[in-house]
Amino acid sequence: MELQAVMMAAGGGSRMTDLTYNTPKAMLPVGNRPLIWYPLNLLERVGFEEVIVITTKEVQKMMSTDLKLKMDVKMKLDFVCIPEDEDMGTADALRHIQPKIKTDILVLSCDVITDVALHEVVDLFRAHDATLAMLMSKAHEFTETVPGQKGKKKAAEQRDFVGVDQSGKRVLFMANEVDLEDGLSIRKSILNKHPRMLIKTGLVDAHLYCMKKAVVDFLTDNKSISSVRGELVPYLVRKQFSKARSSPKPKDDTDEQSQTKSDNSPNNELLISSRDDRLLQLAQERSCWNDHHGDMSEAYHGGKLRCYVHIMDQGLCYRVNTIAAYIEANRLVPKLLFEEPAVHPSAVISERCQMGSDSMIGALCHIADKTSIKRSTIGSSTTVKEKVRVTNSIIMHGVTVEEGCNIQGSVICSNAVIGRGSDLKYCLVGCGQRIEDAAERTNEVIVGTDQLMEI
Amino acid sequence: MMADKVETDESDKKAEIERSKSEGKELTKEEKQRLRKEKKQQKKNKEKKDDATKPDGSSVPPSQKAPSSVPAAGADATATSDKAVKSKVELKAERRPRHDSDRSSKQGKKRESSQQQAASAAKPKVPPSELQPVVKRLPEHVQVDDPDVVKKLAKKLERQQTPAHAEKIPLRSDYGYKVSLFSHLHQYSRKAPLTQQVGIPSSVIHPAIVRLGLQYSQGIVAGSNARSVALLHAFKQVIRDYTTPPNEELARDLVNRLKPYISFLNQCRPLSASMGNAIKYIKKEISNIPNHCKEDEAKSKLLNCIDCYIDEKIVLAAKAVAEIAIGKISDGDVILVYGCSSLVNHILYEAFNMGRKFRVIVVDSRPRLEGREALRRLVQHGISCTYILISVVSYILPEVSKVLVGAHALLANGYMMSRVGTSQIALVAKAFNVPVLVCCETYKFCERVQTDSFVSNELDDPDNLIVTRKGKTQLAHWQEVRSLGLLNLVYDVTPPDFVDAVITELGMIPCTSVPVVLRVKSVDQ
Repeated sequence: MELQAVMMAAGGGSRMTDLTYNTPKAMLPVGNRPLIWYPLNLLERVGFEEVIVITTKEVQKMMSTDLKLKMDVKMKLDFVCIPEDEDMGTADALRHIQPKIKTDILVLSCDVITDVALHEVVDLFRAHDATLAMLMSKAHEFTETVPGQKGKKKAAEQRDFVGVDQSGKRVLFMANEVDLEDGLSIRKSILNKHPRMLIKTGLVDAHLYCMKKAVVDFLTDNKSISSVRGELVPYLVRKQFSKARSSPKPKDDTDEQSQTKSDNSPNNELLISSRDDRLLQLAQERSCWNDHHGDMSEAYHGGKLRCYVHIMDQGLCYRVNTIAAYIEANRLVPKLLFEEPAVHPSAVISERCQMGSDSMIGALCHIADKTSIKRSTIGSSTTVKEKVRVTNSIIMHGVTVEEGCNIQGSVICSNAVIGRGSDLKYCLVGCGQRIEDAAERTNEVIVGTDQLMEI
Repeated sequence: MMADKVETDESDKKAEIERSKSEGKELTKEEKQRLRKEKKQQKKNKEKKDDATKPDGSSVPPSQKAPSSVPAAGADATATSDKAVKSKVELKAERRPRHDSDRSSKQGKKRESSQQQAASAAKPKVPPSELQPVVKRLPEHVQVDDPDVVKKLAKKLERQQTPAHAEKIPLRSDYGYKVSLFSHLHQYSRKAPLTQQVGIPSSVIHPAIVRLGLQYSQGIVAGSNARSVALLHAFKQVIRDYTTPPNEELARDLVNRLKPYISFLNQCRPLSASMGNAIKYIKKEISNIPNHCKEDEAKSKLLNCIDCYIDEKIVLAAKAVAEIAIGKISDGDVILVYGCSSLVNHILYEAFNMGRKFRVIVVDSRPRLEGREALRRLVQHGISCTYILISVVSYILPEVSKVLVGAHALLANGYMMSRVGTSQIALVAKAFNVPVLVCCETYKFCERVQTDSFVSNELDDPDNLIVTRKGKTQLAHWQEVRSLGLLNLVYDVTPPDFVDAVITELGMIPCTSVPVVLRVKSVDQ
């Protein structure tokens, strides 16, 4: 087998707690499907037959009862539950499933929605025998107003600085703004090898990584690394250019071993298993190819550890980890799901309802007369009574909207009840909340008191 | 009526000739001439018939085909040079109508191609019991412009499934407009790799083979020796991961398992002659494994065989070639090399290590610019080099004392197939009376015969010819210009008159001794 897929679905959605305090992030409905359906669909379309899903017990239960997942996903899902109270990072989770990993892995996050041609990322991994291949995309500005945001937008989130080489495929440098207090410093040796470096800041990391099996083995030895994106990836990018202090021979000198104990960990990746290293070496020597020209070094500058990135400039790639991203994804996803009708066949919609073509109605809905639904997504089992105007909003499952309401630019979570005649503009109504009749709320986040207690 | 009577007379004569042939007598010269005349007559009659009726060319009764192919067989049985001439004649006959017909009139082409298909299909249709199968068919990879052959290839790829999975090997589609002289060859784009159509955790094709195919199509593994070594390395991994299914024999099942992999690699990049020989060797070794051999034993034996093959045919052969070649390099020499040949580079390193004083002129050509890599390696070793482009080779030749080139394959009629541009250099060197030495290991000798570079070649991605200078790309929209075609050839064929000696591990032999070596090798094995 070539690649094993690992889906990380245990994340808590820490940047959109208002949405996720009741529903886990993996099950948030986007376009009337749970969020985790999208990466699973990507894997299935490409040809994977098995996925290891790392998640919590709650999510596993919800996933096994979800109709959409059961019907559409034909792959075999191997659930690995991690205890909820432990604060397990993504790298810790990989360490946890290390016994199951037999080949190179493709790690995905549950909140990525993309239509990338996955073979582009995997081809980089295969062709250049890379240790890490990742996917990034040009970030789009979110134009929708986010409910509950007071005042102008908060300062831009910490940017990521990514340095790539001239071809745009090799990652030379990766750091977050947080770590660069004094400024961005680049080692001269890197510049000697790659004189032209493009530093990009407007990229979104899709959290899709193709990694060699040796990396997972390395993680088991280094228990200090707990996050893939935060620690492991920058470490690997830095390690590309570290001087190989000890030659990659198996440990034979005992006195050398104590000296180079600290170097043993990078050696684990350098000793990438190749029983036929001799033959590969011979093939590379005889091949008249070089990845760069202009200096006197061989292909890849003799480095054994290589990290590659595929930067998408066209197509969709969203990471749904903030409310703004969630709203944007809901807006654009109907374009992805071209094979499904916008209106579920089991929904009951009266004739005098005005529905825009870019709205989506879920199963078993009841939409009454004289309603107007534009650019919105309405979840399953929702009841919308007469004379309601819903514009630019996301209404999740099981919501009841009484007559005469006017909902604009808002997010209404599951099982909420909106009283008669309310007027909600840019609000976020939490799960199970009840908005009283004739309420007028603008730009507010309405959540329950029990949620407010959790800090 | 009259035509039928003539044909029955002819068929009697054919039967007679067939009898004499089967008895082992040689056909006399008059008989041969008569046969050739009759064949021409037959063709004319057939064409008239096809013009009169609808394209029933394929439905002509096989009895008519048999006589027309017996003279063909007779003519072939005599000499191999005749075979080359005959295939050239056949190809010329195919090429002429293609040149004459208008590009837009598809109908005319279709009719003519069905006629030629009928003429060339005459041979495979005859049951092999009737005549000795000395007649050669055109290989499929040089009939890309014939839709029937393409369909047959697609069906063959479908049939080549690994038993556990119902997926088939995908068919890579051609890209861009092909120059009409080379429209019978494949032309692929680097931006459309075959891996697009293969599922990602490729279970149909072994991951080592997918990786290899990708490296071939992207040019990461390039050069005849490197490709063969990488191929054998991948096969070693395949053999290691192989388990015999129940009720199957390792000898037969493993060979069947390798077939779809080889088709896959062929689609990524057409196989080279050295790879073909390596594959033949492996298949022979696998089928020679005795039945009673246990799986582990058999696998380790095969892995050992592969290692031995590489050591003998590539590593040791390189050493032997270097020893012989160094004898020819004297102090004060100026050696001209073209492109990046691993064997020539090895020879130059060894000569330099032995203390010979010489300098090298590296000739390079677009679009591959492989000479840069050769230059880097030679300079890194300490050899003093000059770097020129192929357009000025005639200016530099008065300084040169000998030319050393590497070969991709040596053909059975003494011609040499090498990187495009080599025959130019050999020609100019001949004009200046500079000796041309070809360095080639014997495992690159192949039984094919070719006299020109058109019949069998490789077309690389035409977009590689496009260059961007100062932000402007002139040929960016070349596909929209109807009368413009980009041609990126990879190989060319050098006649033996321009080659002074071939240095192999068996010694320095003239170009025309290649068939002798092939014969001796086949006797050995």
